[in-house]
Amino acid sequence: MSELVPESRQKPVVPMKPVGINANLLGYIGIDTIIEQMRKKTMKTGFDFNIMVVGQSGLGKSTLVNTLFKSQVSRKSSGWNREEKIPKTVEIKAIGHVIEEGGVKMKLTVIDTPGFGDQINNENCWEPIEKYINEQYEKFLKEEVNIARKKRIPDTRVHCCLYFISPTGHSLRPLDLEFMKHLSKVVNIIPVIAKADTMTLEEKTEFKQRVRKELEVNGIEFYPQKEFDEDLEDKTENDKIRQESMPFAVVGSDKEYQVNGKRVLGRKTPWGIIEVENLTHCEFALLRDFVIRTHLQDLKEVTHNIHYETYRAKRLNDNGGLPPMTSETEENHESNL
Amino acid sequence: MAGAGQPQKDGLRSLSLSGHVGFDTLPDQLVNKSIKQGFCFNILCIGETGSGKSTLINSLFNTSFDDSMSTHFHPNVRLKAQRYELHESNVRLKLTVVSTVGFGDQINKEDSYQPIVDYIDAQFEAYLQEELKIKRSIFNYHDTRIHVCLYIISPTGHSLKTLDLLTMKRLDSKVNIIPLIGKADSISKTELQQFKRKLISELVSSGIHIYQFPTDDEVVSQINTIMNGHLPFAVVGSTEVVKIGNKMVKARQYPWGVVQVENENHCDFVKLREMLICTNMEDLIEQTHTRHYELYRRCRLQEMGFRDTDHENKPVSLQEAYEAKRRKFYLELQRREEETRQKFVQRVKEKEAVLKEAEQRIQAKFEHLMLMHQEEKLKLEKKRKALEEEIALFNMKKANAELLQTQPMVSTPVSLKRDKDRKNSSFT
Repeated sequence: MSELVPESRQKPVVPMKPVGINANLLGYIGIDTIIEQMRKKTMKTGFDFNIMVVGQSGLGKSTLVNTLFKSQVSRKSSGWNREEKIPKTVEIKAIGHVIEEGGVKMKLTVIDTPGFGDQINNENCWEPIEKYINEQYEKFLKEEVNIARKKRIPDTRVHCCLYFISPTGHSLRPLDLEFMKHLSKVVNIIPVIAKADTMTLEEKTEFKQRVRKELEVNGIEFYPQKEFDEDLEDKTENDKIRQESMPFAVVGSDKEYQVNGKRVLGRKTPWGIIEVENLTHCEFALLRDFVIRTHLQDLKEVTHNIHYETYRAKRLNDNGGLPPMTSETEENHESNL
Repeated sequence: MAGAGQPQKDGLRSLSLSGHVGFDTLPDQLVNKSIKQGFCFNILCIGETGSGKSTLINSLFNTSFDDSMSTHFHPNVRLKAQRYELHESNVRLKLTVVSTVGFGDQINKEDSYQPIVDYIDAQFEAYLQEELKIKRSIFNYHDTRIHVCLYIISPTGHSLKTLDLLTMKRLDSKVNIIPLIGKADSISKTELQQFKRKLISELVSSGIHIYQFPTDDEVVSQINTIMNGHLPFAVVGSTEVVKIGNKMVKARQYPWGVVQVENENHCDFVKLREMLICTNMEDLIEQTHTRHYELYRRCRLQEMGFRDTDHENKPVSLQEAYEAKRRKFYLELQRREEETRQKFVQRVKEKEAVLKEAEQRIQAKFEHLMLMHQEEKLKLEKKRKALEEEIALFNMKKANAELLQTQPMVSTPVSLKRDKDRKNSSFT
């Protein structure tokens, strides 16, 4: 009964549609050109992508984002001077960029959260983040509910949240668990192990296993969520990623060095050069392929079809079938117009 | 290394990449998802009975969907919808073809276009209702909205019929109309040019907006502009094949020659197929969603009483309008409830009054009867008394008479004195 249904008009008599018949094709029609048409259309309109990075300061968030998108996307904070004030609460800084590659224009927004986990008392420090994410859903909902709508509603919803885990080698911290527990229900969380060059291979595998187990025990569903696998193909592919690769242990760098005659991104240390894009050194390439080359569209779709819809349903239900109010909420009526 | 960002007009920095990031696969990702989901395309075919609709559809999609010919004797216009799933390479298309049945056959054609308009509106309505639900699954929704309307004009060679004008006028704001000239092999080339020019000028002067192929994309703008000049397409459909040279082609065989469907010199069928399917299918779907559906939605919501700005021209959010409407509705509901209750109380009172009155009448009657009864009783009592007295008197008389009769039997001397006494006594 709590559906918002406009007054029904008298429905005209419409004949029932028969079941689809598989028609035999006797010649070329040209239906497959729709793929090209669609591709052209999307390239013209461009894409939006909003990525949020969360983690304690000094874990290499900005460097990683710069490495991911191969440009100076975020300015690194070079640490606070003693005279500068440490921010009292978690700030949310969203910076937008336009990048283009291969004819594809992307509007990338990186949302940084300086101050997360940096105070002495970090209780509820995920609340500003959760509030920000919900605010973006709210903005989108308001636009969608308008009578005269824009042709393309600007999408500021957070599509992906990279959560940086400190490479202690032991297990997850309580703050990590709390954050992920609260936010895995509203946004796609991808946990990454930062500064992975501090662990040896064995330490890395053990740590990853422990982290995976802890996440499972606490019921934290990170992206790709099991329940949203659409078909068998997706499931097997995602299972492999979930159970073996995630969380990705990454190293970021925006400096280039000469290795074996090639210029590669890496970190120079006295005992050797850690190549960022070398799969034997760290899993950055896996993360990049996962987030950008294969699952970018899926991240956006899960955000739109599942997280946003959940938010919308909750909002409309709380308001008794009405779209959200800016003033105080009304009594909880399960009615409709 | 990465370049510094230059600020753009909307406050966004544009960055240059120092290496291959890889998001140029994004269109491919999108396309893969869409392929998995499959595509939906809905065509509405309007034309008089016998104008060649079914044959045209069969020729366009290289299949024979429905073989039966329809009669001319339908009492009113109906719509017949058929759904098909077509596969080509890895593309799955869910095609729905809706044709009119009996269009233009009736003697009185006033209501001919109404079923069509109602059908299109019903599809929009279904989508709107799904969109307004709380728990909705709009990405799984099977889109039934009509994406294109192929309007088949009869090849009279003169001008548009009134029915065509009226119908197209009603539909041009609801659906993308592509006008076609059906059975074009009955017109010669020169007549055809004249006819097309006449049709276009009539459409323009009546203010009917037909679908224009989009010319904003450089890749397709040139060909689209050319095609726009060829509208309305003169098409010929055929499902029979004829051997020409050493190929089997779709054609119509006449004693004087063969009309080849796919020959551009003979008719515009190939142009139609190009434009409809190969070049602009996506644009048709998009126009339906962003223009026609949005217009319908706007009108519908305004009909229901929602506005974006109130009478003082301040922006009113939909939610406030909703809230006001809900309050009004509740007040109305309460008022009606009160009214009904009042009415009920009133009726009860009236009934009570009636019953009371009846009761009083009956009471009066009862008392009246009682009175009468009493009177009767008294009367009867009197009569009885009178009767009893009579009886007593009669008895006395009878006793006296009997006594007198028995007296003479007794002897006299003894009783002379007695007689004398008695005589004397009887005299006294």
